[in-house]
Amino acid sequence: MQLDVRIPMGWLFLSLGIILSIYGFMADPAIYVKHSLGQNVNLMWGAVFVVFGVVMLLIARKSKKD
Amino acid sequence: MNIYPSILAVASVSGGPVVLQLAWVDYLILSVYFAFVLGIGWVLKSHLKTSADFFESGRSLPAWVCALGFIGANLGAQEVMGMAASGAKYGISTAHFYWVGAIPAMVFVGIFMMPFYYGSKARSVPEYLKLRFDEKTRGFNALTFAVMTVFSSGISMHALATLLHAVLGLDYNLCIAVSGLIVLVYIYTGGLTSAIYNEVLQFFLIVLGFLPLVLLGLQDIGGWDGLMKNLNLYSAERGMPGAWTHSWAHMDNAANNPMGVEWFGMAMGLGFVLSFGYWCTDFLVVQRAMAAKDMNAARRTPIIAAIPKMLFPALVILPGLIAVALLQKGGSGLHLPSTPGGGPDYNMVVPSLLAQYFPNGMLGIGLTALMASFMSGMAGNVTAFNTVFTYDIYQGYIKKDASDAHLIKVGRITTIVGLLISAAAAYTARQFDNIMDMLQLVFGFVNAPLFAIFLLGMFWRRTTGHGAFFGLLVGTVTAMVFQGLTLPMGEHVGVKGGWITAEFIFRSSMAQNFWMAIFAFTGCFLATAGISLATKANKTDDQLRGLVYSLTEKPKEAPGTPWYSRPVTLGVIVLGAALVLNVIFW
Repeated sequence: MQLDVRIPMGWLFLSLGIILSIYGFMADPAIYVKHSLGQNVNLMWGAVFVVFGVVMLLIARKSKKD
Repeated sequence: MNIYPSILAVASVSGGPVVLQLAWVDYLILSVYFAFVLGIGWVLKSHLKTSADFFESGRSLPAWVCALGFIGANLGAQEVMGMAASGAKYGISTAHFYWVGAIPAMVFVGIFMMPFYYGSKARSVPEYLKLRFDEKTRGFNALTFAVMTVFSSGISMHALATLLHAVLGLDYNLCIAVSGLIVLVYIYTGGLTSAIYNEVLQFFLIVLGFLPLVLLGLQDIGGWDGLMKNLNLYSAERGMPGAWTHSWAHMDNAANNPMGVEWFGMAMGLGFVLSFGYWCTDFLVVQRAMAAKDMNAARRTPIIAAIPKMLFPALVILPGLIAVALLQKGGSGLHLPSTPGGGPDYNMVVPSLLAQYFPNGMLGIGLTALMASFMSGMAGNVTAFNTVFTYDIYQGYIKKDASDAHLIKVGRITTIVGLLISAAAAYTARQFDNIMDMLQLVFGFVNAPLFAIFLLGMFWRRTTGHGAFFGLLVGTVTAMVFQGLTLPMGEHVGVKGGWITAEFIFRSSMAQNFWMAIFAFTGCFLATAGISLATKANKTDDQLRGLVYSLTEKPKEAPGTPWYSRPVTLGVIVLGAALVLNVIFW
């Protein structure tokens, strides 16, 4: 197999997740009151993206070993 | 050509009041995404050696990758924005496009048709037609398909540029150039594999990017109960109580549901003719399954794809329902721009929800997902176009003895030319709205009868080349005449129909379209069968081996294959699940 698509996918979602999380920490909480019903969606979905990215990378690594 | 309702009306949005205010973080997210998109093409370039690598991914991909490409190529803007618009206009019955439309056809193509596509030496759908029937049937299909794909890609390009111009204030020309260039680079470098890999990325981005939008909207409306309550109030006000919250219950009569369709036209027209015609014969989707690494993977591709596909209504139709419910309830702050006619412009449901619920950060993700959906629509068409042009037109008629390296070069040049034509089509659509309406109409005439010759050709060995070719012509003419004799309610005679004489009035253009498909299919089916019986068989049984059901050995799974790797078992489970969904949302 030429390139496991899970590798670029894992890195992409990991990067996007980190960007979202960092922005979630530093942005003015007023934007969440205005838009997302008071919830810090950047932090929440940043975490989801990070987990998804890491899982993809782990699966890719495991299937390479097999 | 996609079977979803058109979102061409996006073109009429002229700087509507939906404006997305981006921050640096949103631009950063967009850039990171596009860096990955281009990077994938770059990395794949070094693995690309033969024309089979470029056009067919070297038939090497696992089933799940092909499956996500299979639906990713389809998950264009038509689906993301168009299905939300239809959800708002027609309610839960929009899900028929999935549970009746897509799923049965996807299972059928996997179980019954993939053995012929993948098992024969054909590299494309038109090439299958050449092996099964004759040169002229192939030529007709290849030409109409090639024209259709570049224009579809142009429509995506135009819709993307119009949307970005409206919500971000970006320059139209710049959007055309940049979107075309990005798609060009990743197909030019990595070929079909690059397109499929990006479709996989786009798939997850769209799912994970739009899920929070749906969740926030649902939370705002008061959960599922709040949604149903407000939708019922809304439908009662329109004199069709309950019509927005049921899929079948109001299909007894076309007058009782907002779609203006009755159950037979729905099940036969959409469920059978149009959907089987699209999912089983359109090379754009079939190409993804043909890139699979072996027969079992190729057969499982559309069936695995059907699993997320049947859950998509929650992602793409629900936003439309939520928007209608929020407007009904009032006080949410959600705002939809108006159409020239004065009503709310439902094509803008998704951008409006993005502006409402996503703060900077997630807004970048949502916008990226939306752009990705437009680009996958373009890339899917362009890869199908370059394959059909290179194999079926260039190698078929222009240079039969072309070397392999020469074919890759032709494929790459075709990619450039295809995108240039797409751009030209986009500018034409910008100038004349009607031209695109006309083209979609013509494609509809050509497409509606298509499934009949595949069905006869694959399951009746007596079907002849003359039968198929002239049957197709009869079906196309039937569609034209039918359209000329009918008109949707409230429309003017012209592109919408009735140009012979408006003999019969349908309640909606959707109903007219479904019935046109039924007539075209029947006309083509009868003509093909009749002409086949009247003409001599042009292929021997030996030549038809691997192309016709009764002359082909049934693919068998090795003993001990687990249930989830057996196409038939998997297909039955998927059909059962779709049935359950139909019952739940009855």
